[in-house]
Amino acid sequence: MNEVVSFFSTTIRLAAPTLLAALGIVFSERAGIVNIGTEGMMLVGALAGVIGSYVTGSAWLGMLIAVFVTVLFSAIFAYFTVVVKADQTVIGTGMNLLASGLTITVNRALFGASTSPPEIDSFGIVAIPGLSSIPIIGPIFFNHHIIVYLTFILVPIAQFVMFRTNIGLKVRSVGENPKACDTVGIRVGLTRFLSILYSGVLAGMAGSFISMGMVSFFTEGMIAGGGFIALAAVVFGNYTPRGVMLSSLVFGASNSLMYRLQALATNIPSQFLLMIPYVITIISLCIVSRKSNKPLGSGKPYIKE
Amino acid sequence: MEGLSIKQRFQETLKSVYFPFVAIVVSLLFGSVVILATSSTSPLTAYGHMLKGAFGSIAAFDSTLIKAIPLIFTALSFSLARRSGIINLGAEGQFMMGALAATAVGVATPNLPAIIHLPATLLAGFLGGALFGLITGVLKVKFGASELIITIMLNYIAKELISYFVNGPLMDSASSSYPQSAPMEPSARLYKFIPGLNVHTGLLIALAFIFLYYFFLWKTTAGFDMRVVGFNPSAGAYAGMSIGRSTILALFLAGGLAGLGGCIEIIAVQGRLMMTSFAVPYGFTGIAVALLGNLNPLGVLFSGILFGGLSAGALRMEVMTRDVSSSVAVVIQALIILFIAGRQMFAFKRRYRYRPSSEKRKGKTVVDDATEDESPTVQATAGEGE
Repeated sequence: MNEVVSFFSTTIRLAAPTLLAALGIVFSERAGIVNIGTEGMMLVGALAGVIGSYVTGSAWLGMLIAVFVTVLFSAIFAYFTVVVKADQTVIGTGMNLLASGLTITVNRALFGASTSPPEIDSFGIVAIPGLSSIPIIGPIFFNHHIIVYLTFILVPIAQFVMFRTNIGLKVRSVGENPKACDTVGIRVGLTRFLSILYSGVLAGMAGSFISMGMVSFFTEGMIAGGGFIALAAVVFGNYTPRGVMLSSLVFGASNSLMYRLQALATNIPSQFLLMIPYVITIISLCIVSRKSNKPLGSGKPYIKE
Repeated sequence: MEGLSIKQRFQETLKSVYFPFVAIVVSLLFGSVVILATSSTSPLTAYGHMLKGAFGSIAAFDSTLIKAIPLIFTALSFSLARRSGIINLGAEGQFMMGALAATAVGVATPNLPAIIHLPATLLAGFLGGALFGLITGVLKVKFGASELIITIMLNYIAKELISYFVNGPLMDSASSSYPQSAPMEPSARLYKFIPGLNVHTGLLIALAFIFLYYFFLWKTTAGFDMRVVGFNPSAGAYAGMSIGRSTILALFLAGGLAGLGGCIEIIAVQGRLMMTSFAVPYGFTGIAVALLGNLNPLGVLFSGILFGGLSAGALRMEVMTRDVSSSVAVVIQALIILFIAGRQMFAFKRRYRYRPSSEKRKGKTVVDDATEDESPTVQATAGEGE
């Protein structure tokens, strides 16, 4: 029983950063932007969070700084894809490489290449009084980092904003038919730009949660595909916040399964266990790629005639 | 270029050099900001060391060439796929799988004559990468899954596979617990061929494959089909070409090119397979090389040598300055990708008036403007929209 509880609790905890980042990507994807640079944005957020927490002594201020820096970083992506109208995938790849190079350079300059990581303030577990003492349900759902609660609360809000408000309508139509939007006076470029910045906010939060919640240090390349998996979660979740939550939970479960099998010390080599999340991601993409809600204008820069 | 006057040819050449040149200069400028911010060394001093370490002497150029060889292969891999409308972000993994397959053949069969062993090893390297690329191709065609995330996921899977093999079946029994393969058999290795230089015969293989890349894409029917499908999928389909077949073939060949690069890196430079064999992101750097070289055979050669110099020079820069990290080179590579892909921002607007209708392509491919060097399409509208 204990193992089942810990499996589900770990699933939720591991799903959170994927979900948080994916809730940002789902808006920029709906606006017609293929944001393959999320991985780099999360990496930048992870380092900025650690630096912020190290300097200010507070994990919350660290996350705030991470969000600020990541938004600036995502503005570079937005500038190249929306204003210069360059190829989104190539720019995204460039952003990932840029993030990798910058974080290594800055991390080594600040903390040295091989010394032990600095002591920083990080997010602790907040058990919700009362609810967390319910047997089984309590430890699974109400004994997490505060960011985990915030992430899951954000899901219905994002769902509401995307499908019930003017903002959501604008974002969706800009991705679906930019030309028509332009005709009726919706500012295509601005909407896309802002949706990228918004995905930057959440990617920064997700990245800094990984470096200050999952662990409390930064290592080079520590996102290890988390940004790409978040992108896959959006595709697998069929471009809705609710769907993204479900797909993030599937990916969280595959990670959780990996840890569980590792702990069981089976005969399966650990490398094959470490592959599980990546393999599940590939399988999930193959399942959903037909009949998807992918916007028609996805990946194409809008050029006014 | 047939039928152009000398003046037009000159202008064409100028145009093809202008954007790479500006992109490099601007990237170095931004790179110097990073150097200023993270070290107490002046950027000029740092770049001076870099230049010396890259092209300052015969020995420096020698190491530049050695570093250029794997990059040329990963760049050809990206270029070939891109020419057929696919973005291959999986060269990283295909490179590793090529290295893995080559190692398996290279250590497993002692006492073979080199004339059989070496070609078999090279073939294994090619096939290792090609079959890994084929996975993506088949998944893309069968299920319509986007190659972007799949190739990236396969990169991580390749990394775990390497880790498994060097810790398990391929682990060197002589070196006990260290995760590495046995050394490659002498009959499966490439050697230096110019007296006094360390550069190995892999350079000749790289040159041969640059030529093959050109010959295949521009002189064969399959290559022509591939370029048409990449440039305009609906036109290709209308002309009776199979997009699926072209996609699968492109990813097979692209994977093979990257795999061959990985194979040559192991049998010529590293000597055995290790976890640290892939510390340099050859696959992703290859993307920058391909873009800077405009997906052209000669362009890839020159930008490959340039990037080889960048990484050779970066090492010297780190050693000589002591506080400038060699990862600054990665920053510069990334910036070059951004400024080449966004080269429209450096275009003289008035010179490129055009009709945007050629821009609109039907079909939901993510890949637009795959071959935009053919016509300066996007440049004109930069900054005109929102």
